[in-house]
Amino acid sequence: MSEHRNQDGHPILVENLSKQFGDFTAVDDVSFYVNRGEVYGWLGPNGAGKTTTIRMLLGLVKPSSGQCRVLGYNPATEAKAMQAQVGYMSQLFTLYRDLTARENIRFYGQAYGLSGKRLRRREAEILDMAGLERGAGTLTANLSGGWKQRLALGCAIVHEPEVVFLDEPTAGVDPISRREFWDLIYGMAKGGVTVLVTTHYMDEAELCQRVGFLNRGKLIALDTPDALKESQMRGRVLEISAEDPDRAMRVLRAAQAEGRLAFDEVALYGAEIHAVVTETVPGPARDPDEVLVSDQDPVSDQVAGLLSEAGLTVHGVVWIAPTLEDVFISAVKAR
Amino acid sequence: MMDEARVTIRTRDLVKHFGRRKRRVTAVDGVTLEVRRGETYGLIGPDGAGKTTTTRVILGLLKRTAGQSEILGYDSMRDTYEIRERVGYIAQQFTLSRDLTVMENMRFFAQVHGVSPADQAHRIPELLAFAGLTQFTRRHAGQLSGGMKKKLALACSLVHEPQVLLLDEPTLGVDPVSRREFWNLLGNLRAEKGVTIFVCTPYMDEAERCNWVGLMYRGKLVAQDSPQAIKKLVPGRLLAFVPSQMAAAKRRVATLDGVLEVQTYGITLHVFVDEPERREREIVRALESEGVTCEGMREIDPRMEEAFISLITRQRSDLDTESVILPGAVPGAERGGDVL
Repeated sequence: MSEHRNQDGHPILVENLSKQFGDFTAVDDVSFYVNRGEVYGWLGPNGAGKTTTIRMLLGLVKPSSGQCRVLGYNPATEAKAMQAQVGYMSQLFTLYRDLTARENIRFYGQAYGLSGKRLRRREAEILDMAGLERGAGTLTANLSGGWKQRLALGCAIVHEPEVVFLDEPTAGVDPISRREFWDLIYGMAKGGVTVLVTTHYMDEAELCQRVGFLNRGKLIALDTPDALKESQMRGRVLEISAEDPDRAMRVLRAAQAEGRLAFDEVALYGAEIHAVVTETVPGPARDPDEVLVSDQDPVSDQVAGLLSEAGLTVHGVVWIAPTLEDVFISAVKAR
Repeated sequence: MMDEARVTIRTRDLVKHFGRRKRRVTAVDGVTLEVRRGETYGLIGPDGAGKTTTTRVILGLLKRTAGQSEILGYDSMRDTYEIRERVGYIAQQFTLSRDLTVMENMRFFAQVHGVSPADQAHRIPELLAFAGLTQFTRRHAGQLSGGMKKKLALACSLVHEPQVLLLDEPTLGVDPVSRREFWNLLGNLRAEKGVTIFVCTPYMDEAERCNWVGLMYRGKLVAQDSPQAIKKLVPGRLLAFVPSQMAAAKRRVATLDGVLEVQTYGITLHVFVDEPERREREIVRALESEGVTCEGMREIDPRMEEAFISLITRQRSDLDTESVILPGAVPGAERGGDVL
C-alpha cells in the first residue's frame, strides 16, 4: 500500500465546506469528520447536497469555500495522488453488462493499475467476498440486483482503498440482499476501511455508527442514531388504538380543527393513529412502552375522553418510541 | 369467503407470463388476494417481485395469462370501461404535463374523465386544498418539487371521485418529509371518504400505514395479513446486541439451544429465541467463554423487515437456492409486450 499523508488524523475531514451553483447553494457551510474504520451515514432527501459533497471529496467538483481533506490530501488539487486510496460506488454504478462477473473485476482492476499476482489475488478475494464464486462466469446482465450491487462494490474496492464513498448503494434491492451488502460494509470497516454512505432509507441510516441529517445543503444534526432520537425529537409520539380507526381519525381531526387538541400531526397508521405532541406535558417518567391513560397525563386522557364521548371504545393510548423518521422530520421542521 | 359487497379488488390464482418458451418469465405466479372496501392494502416487496405487473393486470392494462382478477365485481379484461370510470390510478412513471400549470393539469384530467364543468368548479378547488396545492395553482408542473408533483398526481387521480385508488410505488424517490405528508393524505382519504386504496411499495416501513399487507417475492405472495399479524410470523422473540466479533458470535449463537434464527443488522446481531430471559444469559455466557463481549443486549419488537427476511429465508430453503438469476433480471420483463 502506498504512503499517505496523515496516519493519525481523520481520514475524512470537512470544514465549513460550501458549494454554490449560480444562485443555488447546494452545500452550505458543512463541517464534520469521519474516524478510521467508521461507518458514517448521511441521511437526507434528494437535493439535500449529499452527492455534491461526495463529488467535492472525490475532487470532481471544486468547493466554493471551505476545506476538505481525504487521507490528508486536498481533493481539489491532489485528486490524482488520492485516487489510488479511495473507492467510490454511485447509485448509478456502471458494470459492463456484456462482461462476466470475473471480467468486470479484472477490467476495473486493470483500470486501477493492478496486474499479475495482485490482480489474481483480488479477483479471488472479491468473488469470495461477494459470494460470487459460482456466478464468476455469468454475464453481468443476467445477475439479479443484489448480486450486481455486491459485484459493483467489489469493483469499487478492487484496489484496496482506505476510504470508500457509497452513494445510495442499495436503492431497489430486496431486504436480504441489503443486509448482505451491509455485512460487506462492516467487513470492510473491521479491516480499517473508512466508509461514508448516503441513503434516504431511514432503516439503513440506523445501521450506521454515526448519522448526519442533511437538509437543503445544511448538516442539521450529527450523532449516533440512538443519541439523535434523544436530542433531535421535539415532542412525543402517541399511539391511539380504538374501534373503527377511520371514525376515530375523523373525531380527532375535527377536534384539532376546533382547537380542542394541539397536535403537531395526526395521521392514520394502519389500524392505529399516531399523533405527534410537542406541548410539554408534566407526566411520569417516559418509559416508551408504558400505558399512560392515567390522571397524570392530560393529553392521553383528553384523547381517550374525546373518543369515548363519540361512542368509540378506546383500546389504548400509549406513548411510543419515535422512529428515526419521526426524528428526522422533527429536526427538519424545527428549522 | 368474504361478503361479496365488501370485496373491492379480487384476484384468484392470477398468473402472468412474459415471453415465450425458453425465454418465458413468470412475473406473477398464482396470486390470490382480496382487498376489502375502505381498506388500505399494501402490496410490498423488492424490485422485480411482480407488484407492478399484478397491478397492471388488475387494471386491465396487461393481459393475464391465467386466473381471475376483478375490481368492484368488474372483470379486468372484459369490463375495462366500467373500471376506468370508477378507479383512480397513479402509475410509477405517472406523467403530468410539465408545461401546464397545476390548475390546467387538474382540468385536463377532469376533461379526460368527462367531469362536468359544474362538478369541476367545486371539486378542483377542494382537491387542491386537500393536497395543499391551493397557493400553487398557477405554477407549471415542471417547476414543482418531487413531493408536490406526487400530491398533484394524487389530486388528478381523484378528480372523477373514484371509489378505488391504485398507486404504484407513489413514494419512490420522495424525500422523507413529503413521503410522510403523502401517506397522511392517503390516511385522510381513507378516513374522510372511505376510498379503498391499493398501494405497491418496496419500502417495508410503509406496511405500518396499511390495514392489510401482502408480502410479495418472486411473483408469489409469501404472507398476507394485518401488519401486526405478519410481524408475529417471526419465530419466537427477538434479542438484539452488538458483539465484539460478529463472525464468531454469529457462528456460535446459531448452535445454541433455543436459538431459532440469526440475522445480522449492521454491527448488531438479531437473534430469535424461544425464551428471551433464559437465552439472553446463555448467549452472553457462551460468547464470553470465547472472548466475545455483548453490548446493549435487549429484547426488541420485530419490524416488517425482520419478518420479511425471516419468511423469505425460510421460503428460499424450499425454493431453488442455487439460482443466481432472478426472474426480474430478464431485461424488459416488467415492461414487456402484449399490452391490451
